[in-house]
Amino acid sequence: MQSLTNRSKVVGSTKMTLMESIYLPAILNGMMITIKHFFRKKATIQYPEVKREFAPVYRGMHVLKRDENGAERCTACGLCAVACPAEAITMTSAERKPGEEKLFREEKYASTYEINMLRCIFCGDCEDACPKESIFLTDRLVPSDSLRQRFVYGKDLLVEPMEENKRIDISKRQTKEVLEFKKNKELQHNKLIE
Amino acid sequence: MQTEIIYKSILALAVFGITLFIAMYSTYAERKIAAFLQDRLGPNRAGPFGILQPLADGVKMFMKEEMIPEVSNKFLFILGPSIAMLTCLMTGAVIPWGSSITIAGNEYSLQVADINIGILYLLGVTSVGVYGIMIGGWASNNKFSLLGAIRASSQMISYEIGMGLSIIALIMTTGTLSIGEIAAQQHGGHWNVFYQPLGFLIFIVCAFAETNRAPFDLPECESELVGGYHTEYSSMKLGFYLFAEYINMFISSAVIATLYFGGYNMPFIGRFIQDPNALAIIGSVFLFCKIFFFIFLFMWVRWTLPRFRYDQLMNLGWKGLLPLAILNIAITGIVMWFTGKIN
Repeated sequence: MQSLTNRSKVVGSTKMTLMESIYLPAILNGMMITIKHFFRKKATIQYPEVKREFAPVYRGMHVLKRDENGAERCTACGLCAVACPAEAITMTSAERKPGEEKLFREEKYASTYEINMLRCIFCGDCEDACPKESIFLTDRLVPSDSLRQRFVYGKDLLVEPMEENKRIDISKRQTKEVLEFKKNKELQHNKLIE
Repeated sequence: MQTEIIYKSILALAVFGITLFIAMYSTYAERKIAAFLQDRLGPNRAGPFGILQPLADGVKMFMKEEMIPEVSNKFLFILGPSIAMLTCLMTGAVIPWGSSITIAGNEYSLQVADINIGILYLLGVTSVGVYGIMIGGWASNNKFSLLGAIRASSQMISYEIGMGLSIIALIMTTGTLSIGEIAAQQHGGHWNVFYQPLGFLIFIVCAFAETNRAPFDLPECESELVGGYHTEYSSMKLGFYLFAEYINMFISSAVIATLYFGGYNMPFIGRFIQDPNALAIIGSVFLFCKIFFFIFLFMWVRWTLPRFRYDQLMNLGWKGLLPLAILNIAITGIVMWFTGKIN
């Protein structure tokens, strides 16, 4: 079999040569290697103070976006739930009542929307499936917890805050390739209703 | 006479305190050096650079729950770590920590006891140290502890022979058993390591084995013996065993530095400093520098080498070091005869 690298060494139970049985040259060799590591730059990241930088397209905790006026974009179409390979997403829909136009963008909205973070595999298929540009994966981490029930995230955790300055930035994930891919999606629905 | 007794007790207390302090910070140094050799940073949360880590470890050791197994022999169980700690602290008495300081016409030696059989005392006390491990392992009434204790005792006894024989060659050249005299003889760069390179090599390998340090740390081989002889120990009794190892390492480094690397002597320093008191203090500083280097070497080797297999260990001890030590004695004798030192 052809080896992948040229570093492999054939080992056998041959008798050690005199140089080998003295041990010392090999030991000194090893010590030279370790002392080189002594002065090498350390790989440690001082976690709470310094955080490892994520890739720009990192897929972390989800967010349900609001539109420019602060209304929820989600219309509870269920495409994300269908697309989800882990079946982590459930929702129930409701009809918008008069006077709620500020809260929900279209006549139908999700009255509950739950993602089970223990089931989710963070593949991002929901993001691809969404016709309303509503659900996105962000660079935030799902925090650890000691109770399984608390990993089922409802709308209180998923929908981004109303305030303009507290919105979740998802622009980092919108690379050129992603935008190209989204061009094919039906964008008419997504336009703001005048 | 009275001042002599007071001075000696102060010196003994100082040596005791310094030994414990250095052993304490050896644990910190060990973790730091291990980390640095593995591209990590090591403990750095307790105080600046983690300098308070040994204190935190000490508090942890004292506060932990004390467990004495029901089936153990309680007297021996407590005696084990006590002996280990006692013997390793006793060895510091014969090491010359510096030349002598003259205060108001009285000369004060920086060696607690310059007994004329210092080396014999050292070897004797270290071999009592085996009992600490053996009694501890036996009293635990646990097969892993017992196996660890057996390994430790047979290893230490085997390597004591090589160590003793390598010292015999040294004694042949120095002509004295007093460690103070051996240190004084090496004045002016006549370090024994230049006359006894092979003896030094054998001695340092045996010192590694005597202190149960890697690559000879088979007595506490986790993958085979859980924790070896201290499997059943908890709280400060475990702490004593671990601490004793670090004290042993410190004392071994001091012995190596004194016997082979000139002790408190540093060549050429006499040309720059004339005041004998200042020279004595600087000599002590040099001695500690040498000791710290050897402690570093102990740790450096530990984090470089894997553990020996037990048969390899015994092979090296009996078939490697013992014949070499005897050969070293023979060569030393022949050279001394030809150079006319003996007739």
